[in-house]
Amino acid sequence: MENTKGNLEDRTQEGAPLATRELTLSMGPQHPATHGVLKLVLDLDGETVVKCTPYIGYLHRGVEKLAEHRTYLQIIPLTDRLDYIASMANNIGYCVAVEKLFGIEAPERAQYIRAITGEMARIASHLLWLATHALDIGAMTVFLYCFREREKIIDLFERLCGARLTVSYPRIGGVRNDVDSKWLDDLYQFTEEFPMRVEQYETLIDQNRIWLRRTKGIGVISAEEAINWGLSGPTLRGSGVPYDVRKFMPYGVYDKVKWEVPTGKNGDVYDRYRVRMEEFRQSNSIVRQCIERIPEGAIMADAPKFTLPPKDKILTDMEHLIRQFVLITKGPQTAPEGDIYVATEAPKGELGFYIVSDGTGKPYRMRIRTPSFVHISVLPKLCEGGLVADVIANIGSIDIVLGECDR
Amino acid sequence: MMDISIIVGTIVKIAIVVTITMLHVAYAVYFERKVIGHMQARLGPMRVGPHGLLQPIADFVKLFFKEDIVPSNADKPIFLIAPVISVVAALASLAVIPLWETFAIANINIGILYILALSSVGAYGIILAGWSSNSKYSFLGALRSSAQVISYEIAMGLSLVGVMMLAGSANLVDIVNAQSKYPFILIQPVAFFVFLMAAIAETNRAPFDLPEAETELVAGYFTEYSGIRFGLFFIAEYAGMFIMSAIAVICFFGGWKGPHFWILSHVPNIVWFLLKVYALIFFYYWIRATLPRYRYDQLMSLGWKLFIPLTLANIFVTGLVKLLY
Repeated sequence: MENTKGNLEDRTQEGAPLATRELTLSMGPQHPATHGVLKLVLDLDGETVVKCTPYIGYLHRGVEKLAEHRTYLQIIPLTDRLDYIASMANNIGYCVAVEKLFGIEAPERAQYIRAITGEMARIASHLLWLATHALDIGAMTVFLYCFREREKIIDLFERLCGARLTVSYPRIGGVRNDVDSKWLDDLYQFTEEFPMRVEQYETLIDQNRIWLRRTKGIGVISAEEAINWGLSGPTLRGSGVPYDVRKFMPYGVYDKVKWEVPTGKNGDVYDRYRVRMEEFRQSNSIVRQCIERIPEGAIMADAPKFTLPPKDKILTDMEHLIRQFVLITKGPQTAPEGDIYVATEAPKGELGFYIVSDGTGKPYRMRIRTPSFVHISVLPKLCEGGLVADVIANIGSIDIVLGECDR
Repeated sequence: MMDISIIVGTIVKIAIVVTITMLHVAYAVYFERKVIGHMQARLGPMRVGPHGLLQPIADFVKLFFKEDIVPSNADKPIFLIAPVISVVAALASLAVIPLWETFAIANINIGILYILALSSVGAYGIILAGWSSNSKYSFLGALRSSAQVISYEIAMGLSLVGVMMLAGSANLVDIVNAQSKYPFILIQPVAFFVFLMAAIAETNRAPFDLPEAETELVAGYFTEYSGIRFGLFFIAEYAGMFIMSAIAVICFFGGWKGPHFWILSHVPNIVWFLLKVYALIFFYYWIRATLPRYRYDQLMSLGWKLFIPLTLANIFVTGLVKLLY
């Protein structure tokens, strides 16, 4: 485990009064602050990090390969397990991509429902991020406050589709079931009190001298470097680049509601924290606007070749039964050939699905571009030269989920 | 030749104080979990006994009967003795603390120095634990702890110098008696502030809990400990908290003395003493629930650049005022 390479050699030469060498610390995959199964090998000189090497792959389940053997519909539950904190956002990203491949479009009501649930997922994901980030830095109370609000969103998910975490709610061409007005009312009530809760978190940590000293000027990455490293989402916006897929390549109803892209300036841990805190408010406002404007209408696209027929028709009509049987067992038989890349803005950054179709009911190849995988690559740059405590702050500020990284 | 009754009396006193402290430790943990639980919108322990009142006993029984694991590469004798050093240092400090005017196991005239010395000895337990575990996390925790102790010991010692100058004694009973008119917090607020911060750092509590920073060093110096040896560190920490709060009460809040009017003057001295101590302990918990953790280098600069100059200035001003008036 000893590291005697590099400039330490001359210190370990003969005649040196006290020979020193770096301490190699293996942090993770089981560690309270590496958010899942990330392993970091740190070379420490005292408490200063000289070298930081991330190791990934402890949660690899072969999602991309599994997808090649499943019909387009069956892949939706697989996408749940990417970023399991915000499974709704993955489902939506996948469905949007497949819809574009098939050339169909979800009806407007479904689009609004997707925007609402997608932003709820973003709030829930950011809540978990804030909770763990604050806990890592030592602010224990914020952790439990955040879980209190996250619980409400997850309860709403449960009422909507029966699942709390791995929702599998969107479908190709729409959503699984309609929302009722009681559900929307309860959600609206949540959005009314949520900004006050965000303020509560801010009073706990935002003006706190210790918090500021732990986050300001730590893990700085400039706008140019951030782009070159391929960062996206709040991690990129913290460096001052106003790139948000929802604004640049709008999908769904994001161009119909009013919202802003919050950005930071210095690209440090504090700015990334501020960006996500602002996104709470923006997402909250998007949810509110969507609830106010949601139209009546169908929730599944009228595309019989790709979408499942309604249940009552299946039970009474032979043609529909056959169609459902084929769609379930073999997948849509009329999928166009070709490939497509569609990116959506998941809570952690740009989530892209690259799908190659050979015209059968299953994708020939599915590649998933996940933000966490890209963000982990920047960790050594952020951590090296800092202290052990800064490593923890940095891991928190890039908001990674290993399920998404390893896939 | 020492009278036999004095020896027996002392042993009884020791038994009383140690028993009370052990019970205190058990219920201080319960108190902490309840207080922090309610601050964090949850209930804390609720299952064992009514409102979880038997939880500490269940915890102690569990710790006693768990396997005492010694890592195969550990330095065994040191590994085994380290928690004992910590807990002995903590319990020995209790000897000089006067619960009321006539009750102190040993009323010695260097009380403050004795306590400061023992709290340094307690740090040996932590350092040796980290060293002997042969684990990198424990080692880093021990290093942090030794640095922290050196920095904050000085600030703590210096902050009490002002009090000793005012009282003209290092005897804890004399210090309390010197506060019969007004508690020293009114004329030594800076010293009190520094003492409180140093005491938190000394007992490794948040926001200065770096030696056991969970999210950085897993559990710091006691990562490799289990069973009752882990429990001993726990006892040492909570006993340390009690001692530091007791010193703060004795030096700054008039010890066992209460207000002399109306019905309040009939309240027993020990009640006043414990009330003040527990108010301070509550403050410890409150801080833990509120503040994030300092970084190692920030902790050092805070100690050396702020607290030590502050206490030196405080000593200077106190001396000057005492000389002029």
